[in-house]
Amino acid sequence: MKLLGLSGSNIGSKTRVAMNNAIRMAGEIDADVNVSMIDLADYDIPYGDGRNYLDYKGDALHVAKLVMDADAILIGTPIFQASIPAILKNVFDLLPPDALRGKTIGIIVTAGTSKHFLMAEHQLKPILAFMKANIISSYVFIENKDYNPDKELVNPDILDRLNRLAKETIDTHKALYPTT
Amino acid sequence: MEQYRINPNNGMEIGLYSVGEHFGNPHTGYKITAGERLHELIEAAKLSDQAGLDVFAVGESHQEHFATQAHSVVLGAIANATNKIKIASSSTVLSVNDPVRVYEDFATIDLISGGRAEIVAGRGSRLGAYDLLGFDTSDYEALFEEKMDLLIRLNNEETITWRGNFRAPLDQATVLPRPLSGRLPIWRAVGGAPASAIKAGIAGVPLMLAALGGPSVNFKISVDAYRQAAEQSGYDSAALPVATTAMLYVSERSQDAVNEFYPHLNTAFRALRGGTYPKEAFAQSSDYKDALLVGSPQLIIEKILHQYELFGHQRLLLQMDVGGVPFEKLARNIEIVAQQIVPAIRKYTAK
Repeated sequence: MKLLGLSGSNIGSKTRVAMNNAIRMAGEIDADVNVSMIDLADYDIPYGDGRNYLDYKGDALHVAKLVMDADAILIGTPIFQASIPAILKNVFDLLPPDALRGKTIGIIVTAGTSKHFLMAEHQLKPILAFMKANIISSYVFIENKDYNPDKELVNPDILDRLNRLAKETIDTHKALYPTT
Repeated sequence: MEQYRINPNNGMEIGLYSVGEHFGNPHTGYKITAGERLHELIEAAKLSDQAGLDVFAVGESHQEHFATQAHSVVLGAIANATNKIKIASSSTVLSVNDPVRVYEDFATIDLISGGRAEIVAGRGSRLGAYDLLGFDTSDYEALFEEKMDLLIRLNNEETITWRGNFRAPLDQATVLPRPLSGRLPIWRAVGGAPASAIKAGIAGVPLMLAALGGPSVNFKISVDAYRQAAEQSGYDSAALPVATTAMLYVSERSQDAVNEFYPHLNTAFRALRGGTYPKEAFAQSSDYKDALLVGSPQLIIEKILHQYELFGHQRLLLQMDVGGVPFEKLARNIEIVAQQIVPAIRKYTAK
């Protein structure tokens, strides 16, 4: 089973820090799970234009293939203007409509405050559902106050929740698709 | 319909089409050479001709996993190897070709075959041909619309004066040879969505619609939109033929067909679309209302008649060489289609 961490921000470090924690935990939960992580800030991807994703080149093809090859995905997203960042939406726009069929997806949201707690419900989950993903219903919502001044995640409750999300994503995928 | 060489009194036309896929057989891992694959296509056309099927079509693809980059050359060989069957493209990626050259090729095939050639023009579902042949995908829409307009005019006017953006102007140019009966049937190939079907309707051009999978009723939107657009542009939609394309694999028992076909379909899907063909979608194909023509002859007859009730179409083209189906299976499937399926469909659809 391949579990991909997809850190979906083009700027800042809090989402990446949260994702690093979650992916490390996923690897510790189950040694059979092949974990990896990509940070969209590291890639230069043009806007999706509807072509077959295999016709993209360079970073776009690389990232699209990693997503398509994954069995399970943990998606990390900050909140930009009450929604997900354009760079993350663009990854979905590269892919076919049912690209996430058979994939199990957990969600991690980072935010300044709790004002947009339902962003994932209203903005991210409908996209994942349209693309046929199996969505883990509970997500982890992380606020600025959960980090220390060195941008390390220190709230033990949040670390516990990340561990539970990683475990639930792996366990759910294995239960749904025992052969992976 | 006569202008398009279709006689509705004979019932729905049924034929084969290939996009020239070149895969190994997933059941055995054995892959024939490109040369063998091309000869298989010619043999399949001969079998279809002898079995009394109506059409044999070959499409152009420029990616890996295909053998028919030069589809008009293949169709020329088929023209010479067959006697009665209509010969069409499925499709010609008109956007990356010169319409004058396409017309010359197909008019020639028409003369070689004694008046059996047709052009089905599309934009291509993949972009490899654009890079390879030097066209900019940002002109994707404009390239096709301009070239399709020119192709239609070449069919109607032997001597032409024309100006456009993507090709040198034509000044009192005579395009030869002319087809046997003066004109070729020219169709527009469109995917499932209504937008292109509407463009075909506005232009009053026959429609060939890909209806590969999912509920058949989903494609009715495009057929209805096509006819409505044609009427609004002043054409008689009853005089414009509609063709659909489907994938077919038949076996006496539906379960055998399903088990044998899935690895082929999945092979093609993985290589060409990326990702596994969803088994839950494949499982739906046991329903007669689903467009994927997999199952027993009786189930496939029910599926085709259901589509006929929905679309009232004049032609069905079947893709039967998906994902490395070996030739002996293809030959057997052609035989079952010709002996069991076609007579039932003709009986129901002929006037």
